[in-house]
Amino acid sequence: MKLTRPAALSLRYKIPVRVITLVLITAFTVTASMVFRTYDEIRRDLVAHSAGLGRVLAGTLTAPIIHDDLWRAYEVVSSPQRHDAGEFETLATEIVVVLDPEFRTFVSTQPTRYPLGINPAQLEADFTQIQQVLGAADIGIQRLIEPPQSGSIYMVTPIVADGVLLGRLVLGYSRQVFIPRLNDLVTRSVLATLAVLLVLLPLSAWWARKLADPLVALAQAMDKMAVELPDPEKIPALPPGDEVGRLAKAFRTMLIDLREKEQIEQQMLVSERLAAVGRLSAGIAHEINNPLGGMLNALSTFRRHGAHDALTEKTASLLERGLTQIKDTVAALLVETQVASHLLAHEDIEDIRILISVAVSDKSARLVWRNQVSGTLPFSSTQVRQVLLNLLQNAVQAIEHGGLVECNTYVENDHLMIVVENDGSYIPKERLPFLFEPFTTGRAQGNGLGLWVTYQIVKQLKGGLDVDSHPGLTRFVIDLPFPEST
Amino acid sequence: MHRREFLPLLCGTALLPLFRSVDVAAATPASEIRIGLTPVFLDDQLDFLKHWRGYLSDRLEVPVRFVQRGSYREIVDLIRSGKIDFAWVCGFPYVRFKREMRLLAVPLYYGNPLYQSYLIVPASDTTTTSLQDLKGKVFAYSDPDSNSGYLYPQYQLLRAGEDPATFFLRTFFTWSHRKAIEAVGVGLAQGAAVDGYVWDMLSLVRPALAAATRIVSRSPELGYPPFVARAKMPEHDFRKMQNVLLAMNRDEVGVRLLKTLNLDGFVVGSDLLFDGIADMARTLAKSRP
Repeated sequence: MKLTRPAALSLRYKIPVRVITLVLITAFTVTASMVFRTYDEIRRDLVAHSAGLGRVLAGTLTAPIIHDDLWRAYEVVSSPQRHDAGEFETLATEIVVVLDPEFRTFVSTQPTRYPLGINPAQLEADFTQIQQVLGAADIGIQRLIEPPQSGSIYMVTPIVADGVLLGRLVLGYSRQVFIPRLNDLVTRSVLATLAVLLVLLPLSAWWARKLADPLVALAQAMDKMAVELPDPEKIPALPPGDEVGRLAKAFRTMLIDLREKEQIEQQMLVSERLAAVGRLSAGIAHEINNPLGGMLNALSTFRRHGAHDALTEKTASLLERGLTQIKDTVAALLVETQVASHLLAHEDIEDIRILISVAVSDKSARLVWRNQVSGTLPFSSTQVRQVLLNLLQNAVQAIEHGGLVECNTYVENDHLMIVVENDGSYIPKERLPFLFEPFTTGRAQGNGLGLWVTYQIVKQLKGGLDVDSHPGLTRFVIDLPFPEST
Repeated sequence: MHRREFLPLLCGTALLPLFRSVDVAAATPASEIRIGLTPVFLDDQLDFLKHWRGYLSDRLEVPVRFVQRGSYREIVDLIRSGKIDFAWVCGFPYVRFKREMRLLAVPLYYGNPLYQSYLIVPASDTTTTSLQDLKGKVFAYSDPDSNSGYLYPQYQLLRAGEDPATFFLRTFFTWSHRKAIEAVGVGLAQGAAVDGYVWDMLSLVRPALAAATRIVSRSPELGYPPFVARAKMPEHDFRKMQNVLLAMNRDEVGVRLLKTLNLDGFVVGSDLLFDGIADMARTLAKSRP
């Protein structure tokens, strides 16, 4: 298995991992601060509790000490330990020692550990320190003594009656009292963190998916760009406003722009090629036309003067027919620019309907005809009729028996629109770039000049030509702007 | 006198039912019987006391109140002054104030109206074999008016030629046998003399407490702490109470109560039983200037 660098991980995993990390950092910080706080609180509680307990016990001990009532004193000091402390057990005293003014044990909760009449400072280092601290202390002051390197802390309360120091009460607490409560706190905190993670993990995974999926789709689309422009429709649509949404929108716009640019480039390529072909063919046509005119003239002169035998006559006739065919072909290549004709009128278009109707009825096809041109339009009727006739002839040839041909002509914003449709065999995509080149034909008959001528005429009229062909429908749209001079 | 006692009584009615029972009873003698109890037995078994009181009230057909105090002395003073009708006291105060009280009945322990004083040390002390070994130690007495917990060890020391006042490093009173056992158990005292009956009872009821101590020696058998009546108790009431006690081991409830006390019953008893205690008391009295 290949290890992925963390930085290269998908957002799908990065986001949950970051959520977990953040939750853990937060939980740790909060727990740590709570532990410190609780430690402080417990300590404060302990001090307050032991100070209060010390005062109560010291007050109660006055009489037993004055009466030298050892048992009573023992009962008093052991009373905090006699009863089950229950949940407050952590504050239970570890030891209680009553010292007389000479620092000898008067009574304690552990009589065997602190024998009566013996100075506990001789037995335990903690008491040595307590004695040192108390040696300099004011008798009437309650003190908290925390011997360093000791597991215990001590609350020392003077037992005073009528201003006379009767003794000192020492309450010893183990520092261990903090541990169960702190443990409890940490345990609870860990459980709470786990519970939060349990909720947040699916949530963050879902969130990560929601955030990452469109980005992943975008990234994949961008990866594909090098090979082929992806379809802009397949870019996930996201609510705008969000940066990712804006990114997706910008990417989609960019793709649309790129597609248009690509299309324009292709169209330019086609039209440039067509223009080159046009120039070439026009040049050749001119070069051919001159000697051809001479040849035909000579031939005509030759036939008009003198009688020729049958063979010569037949040969001359053959030459003339061949040369004429060459002339016609060249004439077809050379689309006439200036053709003197009248302006286009409604009837000119209707004439085309009559011309094509024979071919339509031959195929039992249906012709839908919408001629919305009225009055005269500033176009040469010959050119427009040529275009319309070419397109309709192609359409009728393309359809099957009983197919449909539709022709719409109308004026829109000083443009003449000609739309010719058929439901016949469509033009394969790969043929489209060469569609308008001369001598290219998809059919058995025809010289392949119809669309070439149409294209040349439309270009001369500074119009546009658009082809849309897919199974079931082939549509040619001609858009001819009215000439500006008029 | 009555007036002065009556005033605080009114204020403390709700808080101090025991005081009330005593004082009101003193004003109206026939309305209830007041029985003083001392820690010659495990007097902290309050549930048992409730049942025993019910039993006695039922048999005497008069409400019974138990009166408990912090020391033998207070109960002895109450019976001497006639403020309570009966009391369960130790043989030592009885022989001292024989003229101010009247022997009512003596409990039977293992069939005899006799018991012993035990010398106990902490269970951890395995070396002590007699009272003499405790010289210079801390010693717990139960009560200065107790025979087994004070008189007997004092008498023993006197007989051994020791001065009880200086023999121990320190002595203190716990005001009950049970607490003396506890004091030895926790090591507060290195020895104590206690009522053998109480120690035996405790080893049944709270075995852990008794097990923390070890019996070093037992005294000769002495008169069991008796029930006494105040000196001026009317004969009829005296007999009635005596009969109820003597009959306790003859009915089911009484037997059950006696079983809780681990006693067999009561006998009328005689002063002869307490002669031994009286001798010791005299010896002790003579030793004191």
